[in-house]
Amino acid sequence: MKFASKWLQGLPWHLWPLLLIIAILLTPIIAVLSSFFQGAAPSWPHLAETVLWQYTLNSIYLVLGVGFGVLALGVSSAWFVARFEFFGRRQFEWLLLLPLSMPAYIIAYTYTGILDFSGPVQSFIRQTFSVGYGDYYFPEIRSIGGAIIMMSLVLYPYVYLLARTSFKNQSQSLADAGKTLGLSPWQSFYRIALPVARPAIIAGTVLALMETLADYGTVQYFGVNVFSTGIFRAWFGLDDALAARQLASVLLFMVFALLLLERLAKSKASYSVSGTSKSSSRRTLTPVIGALVSLGCGLLLFFGFLLPFIQLLYWALFESTKGFDQEYWQLLGNSLKLAGITSFLTVLLALLLSYSQRLWPSKLFSGGVFIAGLGYAIPGTIIAVGVMAPFSWLDHAIHDFFENYSDINTGLLLSGTLFILVFAYMVRFLAVALGNIQSGLLNIHESLDDAAKSLGYSPWQSITRIHLPLLRPSLISAALLVFVDTLKELPATLVLRPFNFNTLAVKSFELANDEQLANAAPSVITIVLIGLIPVILLNTFMQRRQN
Amino acid sequence: MLRSFISLILLSTCSLALASEVNIYSARQEQLIKPLLDQFTQETGIKVNLVTGDADALLSRLQSEGDLSPADLLITTDAGRLHRAKEAGVLQSIDSVVLEQRVPAHYQDTDNQWFGLSLRARPIFYNKDSVDPKQLSTYEALAQPEFKGRVCIRSSANIYNQSLIASMVAAVGEEATLEFTKSLVKNFARPPKGGDRDQISAVANGICDIAIANTYYFGGMTQSKNASEIEATEKVAIFWPNQEGRGTHVNISGAGVVKTAKNKQQAIQLLEFLVNNDSQAWYANANFEYPVVAGVNANETLQSWGSFKADTVNLSRLGELNRQAVIIMDKAGWR
Repeated sequence: MKFASKWLQGLPWHLWPLLLIIAILLTPIIAVLSSFFQGAAPSWPHLAETVLWQYTLNSIYLVLGVGFGVLALGVSSAWFVARFEFFGRRQFEWLLLLPLSMPAYIIAYTYTGILDFSGPVQSFIRQTFSVGYGDYYFPEIRSIGGAIIMMSLVLYPYVYLLARTSFKNQSQSLADAGKTLGLSPWQSFYRIALPVARPAIIAGTVLALMETLADYGTVQYFGVNVFSTGIFRAWFGLDDALAARQLASVLLFMVFALLLLERLAKSKASYSVSGTSKSSSRRTLTPVIGALVSLGCGLLLFFGFLLPFIQLLYWALFESTKGFDQEYWQLLGNSLKLAGITSFLTVLLALLLSYSQRLWPSKLFSGGVFIAGLGYAIPGTIIAVGVMAPFSWLDHAIHDFFENYSDINTGLLLSGTLFILVFAYMVRFLAVALGNIQSGLLNIHESLDDAAKSLGYSPWQSITRIHLPLLRPSLISAALLVFVDTLKELPATLVLRPFNFNTLAVKSFELANDEQLANAAPSVITIVLIGLIPVILLNTFMQRRQN
Repeated sequence: MLRSFISLILLSTCSLALASEVNIYSARQEQLIKPLLDQFTQETGIKVNLVTGDADALLSRLQSEGDLSPADLLITTDAGRLHRAKEAGVLQSIDSVVLEQRVPAHYQDTDNQWFGLSLRARPIFYNKDSVDPKQLSTYEALAQPEFKGRVCIRSSANIYNQSLIASMVAAVGEEATLEFTKSLVKNFARPPKGGDRDQISAVANGICDIAIANTYYFGGMTQSKNASEIEATEKVAIFWPNQEGRGTHVNISGAGVVKTAKNKQQAIQLLEFLVNNDSQAWYANANFEYPVVAGVNANETLQSWGSFKADTVNLSRLGELNRQAVIIMDKAGWR
């Protein structure tokens, strides 16, 4: 207690309301972590004896594989798009974001449809070479390697988006300095650009890896046992909710490690843009290399987006019995409404939190913000259950109060409404917005704050006139990512939504889960297409800014 | 005079009913229940509000909402979850002569806290070219060495497999089931992946000779718009195992009235509606599930699969044994 009060002393009063918000956001995460102090769950001996080791190893493989995949794909594509001129660059700049709108489990379903034994590719091989099952080698898509490829293909845009922003914002003077020192383009990449962009790249990678750890749909379909599948197995199969939460805490410790790595990278990064200098101009590539780069970007786009999209389109047009009826339009409206509200509120909150952190550094506050960002790695169902408890408590308190003092029966005021759903989304996606905005703020040198002060700007003026304009790209990419993530979100939506309320993601999951993939296709295609709108908006905005 | 009097009463109850509603938490997916609910609303004027989701997550929601929960009815797709809900104390016993008479005893809870609404059978599927059905007899026989590398079945994370193993524990005990499961895993043609349809396709394509899967997926494939799925169903046939013994494993989709239901009467009315002949036939026609009520004419596709003797173990037992089943499958290394 004394310890806490010592921490609290240094905290300016502005931060109290924010601290309260953080505390509320933390409840579901604390509910998970607190399970560690409730003694060993009954299933631990069994888990340790049989499957725990497998969960751990597979999760580590998955994280390493996807980490490598998103770094390789994201950084290289961002580097070429940000710094070089080649055929189709202006289009690739935004086209490469498209896989972001593809839910991982959907791309897993579509690739299985394309590549498995009865799919078109293998049928073609068998017909052409007249061979049968077992006569030829064909890689099995439904394996851990397949899962790594699927997730890398849809998650690399996190790295791409953040790295591209960073590469673009690096000042010309840095690139010039490199040239003066006689560095080759490759040298200037890994000795200057890469270190400067490191916080952004790592932030993007950590986001991708958190999503990897929280994924359930893909690994479940591919039969790969990892922590997230283990959590549900313990809960649903072994009927041991405590073991489930304890497994989720182990997952959180993995994420702790990842995030500490990120902090470390950020604290080492003392580079920042001095604000006024021009961003670097693009180099032209030789025709051969330029063609190779165009081809590489094209392949990435093809496998990450076009191919699964075409398969979905085929299903929607030729095999689906579902059309664009009234129900469809309602689903569309619901999804848009939720994603819009969530993305606005989450970005606003992340801005408030990271800004306060910058202005009034405090360990307690930073610690809170840090933990609040963990929600992204917890499977949505666990978050949802964690969110229900405090809201139910509050609802009961309100109900009892009114019952005692009036005849009003409030029932459940918040549970079972969109309010609790948006709240759960915020817990889950705050990390996405924080990652973007914090790395954006890092790029604004503190000397600017001092300059603003010396110009006699009030704190508010320095926000609106200096920080916000500089932060705008980060804010927009944060809003975009949260919007698309909410659009795709499934498990929390399933559990928490009100009566008679469906979203596109819910609908497509229910059909896909019932093994009616073709009928799910129209909803999935819509999710993907809506995901395109913010991507295009973002792109036009960025290009206008450049001109 | 009398007639107009009755119709007046009927009318007034109808208008009363219009104001009433029933709230459902359903683990059965919307497209597999909504048409029936719409029919119910049309006939009774009772509005039905629906949330679908995962059974355990909905159960958590029920528990955390406590006495203020708006839910009146919990629908699940397996008996184990209903049993779990009962254990958690969120259901209540109800009195309904209709349900009591129409739903066979082993498909309902001993305390009338839940009732089965449709049956889901999980037989053996075999490739007509490579398997002589005379070689097939029981689930247990699939563990024999002669089936090495020939069996396809989905992941043990799936509730249908957990129930199947639980039914075996109930029949032959834990030790024998563990032995069986270990040998069965050795006979797998490939590591488990995909859903039930995938297993049936794999049999058709010669990846394996035998699969265990739910019949309604097979039924769905026969109606598929995808030509390769229809082709697959032509190469595959159903074998009903354990006909000499306890019978083929079945599970139910079922429902129970929530303890704190505000619309208990409407909830019971809906349950009774779901076991009337038309609704029972709907389950078969729309999703190839077997009616739970005896004597309802199964649809043509179902009849073409032949009749079978179903395991009559009380399904509550499967709920009780689910945990043991999962432990056994973990020990056997069934992914």
